[in-house]
Amino acid sequence: MNSMLHLINKSPFERTALDSCLRVAKAGSSILLIEDGVYAALKNAAHAIKISTRMEDFSFYVLGPDVAARGLGDTPLIEGITVVDYEGFVDLVAEHEVTQSWL
Amino acid sequence: MEEWEESGPEVVKRFMYVNRRAPYGTIYALECLEVVLIAAAFDQDVSVVFLDDGVCQLKKNQDTTAIGMKNFSRTYGALDDYDVEKIYVEKESLEARGLTADDLVIPVEVIAADDLRDVMAQQDVVISS
Amino acid sequence: MKFGILINEGPFTHQASDSAYRFAEAVLARGHEIYRVFFYNDGVYNCNKLSEPQSDDRNLVALWSKLGTENGIDLVVCIAAALRRGIKDEVVAEGFRISGLGQLVEAGIEADRLVVFGD
Repeated sequence: MNSMLHLINKSPFERTALDSCLRVAKAGSSILLIEDGVYAALKNAAHAIKISTRMEDFSFYVLGPDVAARGLGDTPLIEGITVVDYEGFVDLVAEHEVTQSWL
Repeated sequence: MEEWEESGPEVVKRFMYVNRRAPYGTIYALECLEVVLIAAAFDQDVSVVFLDDGVCQLKKNQDTTAIGMKNFSRTYGALDDYDVEKIYVEKESLEARGLTADDLVIPVEVIAADDLRDVMAQQDVVISS
Repeated sequence: MKFGILINEGPFTHQASDSAYRFAEAVLARGHEIYRVFFYNDGVYNCNKLSEPQSDDRNLVALWSKLGTENGIDLVVCIAAALRRGIKDEVVAEGFRISGLGQLVEAGIEADRLVVFGD
């Protein structure tokens, strides 16, 4: 089995990328939220439960530059999500054998 | 001398092409199919998976006459000619759209998310479009 | 480690090319190598040197061109996707080259990691 990093770049309010990823991804995988995917990381948003209930199954990360760009730098994120920058994004790709983008 | 000894061991990677979009509304389905047909020539281990709206790419009886776009659904039949035999359709996505394997243009392996999970985790390269 | 990057969207409608560019810079900053960047779907528009963004906006065509030429990165534009969209050699910015889809598969084989950016 290869270790996997899943990339989600879509808002959970608009698309099913996160739902599909959570349905199909193997427990133990990592999930990085980028671009509009960062809206899934907001603690007080309607979709927060999708991630907060799966903390045991996956390691969640969010791309800080995309959070900041959207004015969310001061908005609470779900506890347990790790904020990374682009170099952290590269490290995650390097640490996992395969990266899958949920376009 | 065996043929493989002359050429040496070749690197074979497991490539999975993931289709999650319906046809015609966007070009992704058509251009992903074009990639798969090229990829088939590379002697790698190729799988194609259809899930979410991607399962709609394989629906029988597509008729694009009135929208003027090329009906490429017949081209999926060429996958077999190119020795692309690992074609997976996620069961949950198919059922959610009220479809069954009988509705599809080619024979596929209908696979539950629980099993698709293992197939995906065995890949070396995952290409989405 | 060798990275391959696939970009499926053009430089304006989606963030994909921006994300890929920042990612590519970080790949180099972390001491890795970029084996190839492959431009597919509307991603082929990233090589169009006729593109003229407003002066206060970033110019991704120029940024990719500079990153590619300065670091010897192979920037490959898919010929099938390009011809459809009117992208031909005469509009291709420095550092890009037009070639076949096989170059994408080869990147998947040769690179240690392939990351896809798209819509």
